[in-house]
Amino acid sequence: MDKVVATTAEAVADVHDGASLAVGGFGVSGVPTVVIHALFDKGVRGLSVVSNNCGAIGTGLAVLLDAGRISRVTGSYIGANKEFARQYLGGEIELELIPQGTLAERLRAGGSGIPAFYTPAGVGTQVADGGLPWRYDGQGGVAVSSPPKEVREFDGTAYVLERAINTDFGLVRAARGDRHGNLVFNKAARNFNPLAAMAGRVTIAEVEELVEPGEIDPDHVHVPGVFVQRVVELTPEQACDKQIEKRTVTEASS
Amino acid sequence: MAWTREQIAARAALELRDGEYVNLGIGLPTLIPNHLPPGVEVTLESENGILGTGRYPHEDEVDPDLVNAGKETVTVLPGASFFDSALSFGMIRGGHIDTAVLGAMQVSARGDLANWAVPGKMITGIGGAMDLVHGARRVIVTMAHTAKDGSPKILEECALPLTGKGCVDRIITDLCVLDVTGDGLALVELAPGTTADEVAARTGAKVRAEAAV
Repeated sequence: MDKVVATTAEAVADVHDGASLAVGGFGVSGVPTVVIHALFDKGVRGLSVVSNNCGAIGTGLAVLLDAGRISRVTGSYIGANKEFARQYLGGEIELELIPQGTLAERLRAGGSGIPAFYTPAGVGTQVADGGLPWRYDGQGGVAVSSPPKEVREFDGTAYVLERAINTDFGLVRAARGDRHGNLVFNKAARNFNPLAAMAGRVTIAEVEELVEPGEIDPDHVHVPGVFVQRVVELTPEQACDKQIEKRTVTEASS
Repeated sequence: MAWTREQIAARAALELRDGEYVNLGIGLPTLIPNHLPPGVEVTLESENGILGTGRYPHEDEVDPDLVNAGKETVTVLPGASFFDSALSFGMIRGGHIDTAVLGAMQVSARGDLANWAVPGKMITGIGGAMDLVHGARRVIVTMAHTAKDGSPKILEECALPLTGKGCVDRIITDLCVLDVTGDGLALVELAPGTTADEVAARTGAKVRAEAAV
């Protein structure tokens, strides 16, 4: 078994206009930036993206966003992104904002064959009651609002029903991967990557280091290869090209 | 004399018990670890996937793969663990986190919290707050008692879109400590030089003062 493809261009060759993507990463940490760039180079448009954030400081999904290639985003935190705000308020892009834990669980459920689940997050808010502006009409009005969701009590507590998410493709970044698609992440770069891998019907993993089957101790595998269909090895330059959103340091005591 | 931000953080630090698992929101709550009393050790959760979050790194320790939920570079302490976002929110919703401390735009007398959206302004996101307020066993809000224009932020009903209903247990402001009880707000403690009358005047909901110290 060998899931390795030679180039990122080959890995994304069948990603079509209008495709849905589950994308790993938190902020700019653990984001599959190289595969995302390959999608930019390919020129696909109308992408429906599921990701905690939508890129930042000009990197990751911001590359696709700034080029107007994304038509819909499901995420938990956009941040103070002027270009996103312009496209959103102008009615060019649709935004479904959901709680971060709900996003993680919707992806996990999608990859686990669970169509929906109940969660307390969002009960008594617009997330459950509906009315969040998903798409503006470009003239200051709201064209599409979020629908109300089913709320049900269990043992005296109210929970809201949330649907699972599956996407055409999963895009993830891992520190190590083998030819079977087994993945290992580094530190907090794991975040949404295992869940994006599970939710994608075809998951493309860019790996900072490619190793042979057996080199990763089975006990140390974070994502079993069954969730990964394609593996692309990054160049050393691509592997170490990582951004930091907020560089906070402790001054050395003299 | 009202409490400063650091003093609010120091007062909030007194709420944490040795051995607790704690999630701290961005902003003022991140100052709390500096004020933990001797002998009180807590394990900090960062909802992006860290238990045992440590101090900011020295320049030569900075690692882009090691950031907290505020996207700041951090370190980890001995005994730390990493995990994915679904497991992270599993431990949050599952009641395994003892205390969450977070900021607020408005809090109601029944413990409703509003801290994510202002109508007419661009929304930046929800993040993990809606999960945290229903999952953590105890939810503490730290904030300025009133808005910059002096208008009350503690109200009978929140005017802003809610983050959660009936989820706040205790409010710590520059003026006082308030508990949300089944019978409305109860004054627990006053900042030095602050009076119960002043708290009442600057709060948009009824405050019961009889139990205050």
